[in-house]
Amino acid sequence: MNKKSLGQNLLRAPYVLWAALFVIVPLVIMGYYALTDANGVFSLSNFSDLGRYKKAFFLSLVYAFISTIITLLIAYPLAYFMTKCKPGAQRMIMILTMLPMWTNFLIRTYSWITILSNTGIINTLLGKIGIGPLPLINRPGTVILGMVYDFLPYMILPIYNVMSKIDFSLTEAAEDLGANKLRVISKVIFPLSLPGVISGITMVFVPSVSTFYISQKLGGNKTMLIGDMIEYLFNLGPDYYNVASAISMVLMAIILVSLFIMNRFSDDADGGVVI
Amino acid sequence: MKNSIIELKNISVSYDDERVLNDINLEINDKEFVTLLGPSGCGKTTILRVIAGFLEQESGDVVFSGKIINGVPSYKRQVNTIFQRYALFPHLNVFENIAFGLRLKKLPEEEIKAKVAEMLSLVNLSGMEKRKIHNLSGGQQQRVAIARAIANNPRVLLLDEPLAALDLKLRKDMQNELKKIQQQLGITFIFVTHDQEEALSMSDRVVVMDNGKIQQIGTPQDIYNEPNNAFVADFIGESNILDGIMKEDFLAEFSGQTFKCLDSGFGINEKVDVVVRPEDVDIVDADKGMLIGVVTSVTFLGVHYEIIVDIGGFKWMIQTTDEHKVDEHVGLFIEPDAIHIMKKSEYSGKYGDYSSYSDEIDHLSEFEEDE
Repeated sequence: MNKKSLGQNLLRAPYVLWAALFVIVPLVIMGYYALTDANGVFSLSNFSDLGRYKKAFFLSLVYAFISTIITLLIAYPLAYFMTKCKPGAQRMIMILTMLPMWTNFLIRTYSWITILSNTGIINTLLGKIGIGPLPLINRPGTVILGMVYDFLPYMILPIYNVMSKIDFSLTEAAEDLGANKLRVISKVIFPLSLPGVISGITMVFVPSVSTFYISQKLGGNKTMLIGDMIEYLFNLGPDYYNVASAISMVLMAIILVSLFIMNRFSDDADGGVVI
Repeated sequence: MKNSIIELKNISVSYDDERVLNDINLEINDKEFVTLLGPSGCGKTTILRVIAGFLEQESGDVVFSGKIINGVPSYKRQVNTIFQRYALFPHLNVFENIAFGLRLKKLPEEEIKAKVAEMLSLVNLSGMEKRKIHNLSGGQQQRVAIARAIANNPRVLLLDEPLAALDLKLRKDMQNELKKIQQQLGITFIFVTHDQEEALSMSDRVVVMDNGKIQQIGTPQDIYNEPNNAFVADFIGESNILDGIMKEDFLAEFSGQTFKCLDSGFGINEKVDVVVRPEDVDIVDADKGMLIGVVTSVTFLGVHYEIIVDIGGFKWMIQTTDEHKVDEHVGLFIEPDAIHIMKKSEYSGKYGDYSSYSDEIDHLSEFEEDE
């Protein structure tokens, strides 16, 4: 009895230690900074000042929202198409989906600069036929492109995962009862793939809303997202740790609320979020 | 004039170069209960899929109510299917499953409610509207599947081994219920099964299939009493199938003896297959028998004994209510009407005697697998 619980304790010890050191402790430190002023005195002023950053908050939410929608619009039909392919083709598409994830996302973001900058591949080619240079980089659209590109696999995988497990006879049953292809998708495939969609949205929206690197590299300095703002403030020095921590806390709260809303959706869809 | 609702004309289907349906011709009458019976992989489910429109035949025509419906998608056919594993929608409750087809037709809500209630009472599930599908037992799911298919008022209902997943007792109940529903609603049923008892007890006509071909079409009595070939004789019930020679009309020779029989129309001395059903053989004293042999095995089955008698190396199966002992010498007595003569076919010689009786049981359990 005792031995068993000792074994269990040993098994979970590494993770408990890890979580304490790298999740709990940082959270407590962040909370401490957020709730104190530069002199270490308790204060809510960090939060009352947040109004100044509402544009960055707003932009982050909008960008995250748009990229999530676009990834969904690309991933959903692709996942559906994949389930209709032969197993070999499904594996091939799967590998092509995963392949970019094996390269670090910083490097992938840099490669977009190489492709899109004024002296990049596209503009060099266009220059040869007398066009351009076109302003392809440092625009809001480019940031969205970068986010969609980076996060697309996280949308495809959970949707495909759920969709490929839907019993094909349900499709036939729906057709049998008078549903054309479109109705089969809207009345059977979509509701049953909803848990995958919710997971995908969660997995894309959360990193999108807190992203900072992509916007700096692909958006120039024109678009300051909330992630960039946090990084910028921390870089300014210890005087700004407090307000940066407060912003981080609020961002975390926004993400938690989003997750909560998502989970409510998936409860209605009669299934848990698959992450 | 026949009142045909579905006609299959020269239907052939292949998967990956393998012929699964070979020149099928079948006419099904309105309000008829027709069963497609055969072992796994014989093509019976493929026929259903062709009629439902899930599968396009390579050649031939599907005629529905006088009109050729080749290429008409399944959702436009006045045919509904009960799937082998029910294929109920897990995201919808019982009510919405049954209402699925009605909602697609955009019927008014009141009408849908009334229809669903009617269907639920038909299948004895009243009050279960709000239940989730995964909270239902197998039998209840079966009933929902029936209600969902019938709610659409199909002209023809296709049933793909609908009872295969139920236990024996429930299966018997559902057989009766399905038959009752069919008669009550006057819908044509096309029922697929590998269970010959089920086929015999429920159907108006049985279509026995093997190897992508129809072996015989007939009433259950025809199929049992007058099988066309050794396959049908073996697949439907138990039978002793012997090589024989038709000496002349009404006179057959097998097991080294000549027997009077009721069959005619064969050539003089034509080689034939002879079928004698185990329940049609009487065991008599050895000196009074037409054939003489030794009992090699006796199995008590409640209603009767199943006795294996070795006659010149051929093991006969005989079902009798009289008890006999192993190693007992007995005589067999066979009435002329117990003998059925069949022309030789590709199946001749494939189904022999009962010398390897246990094989028969393996053979049966094979059919339990899915197609």
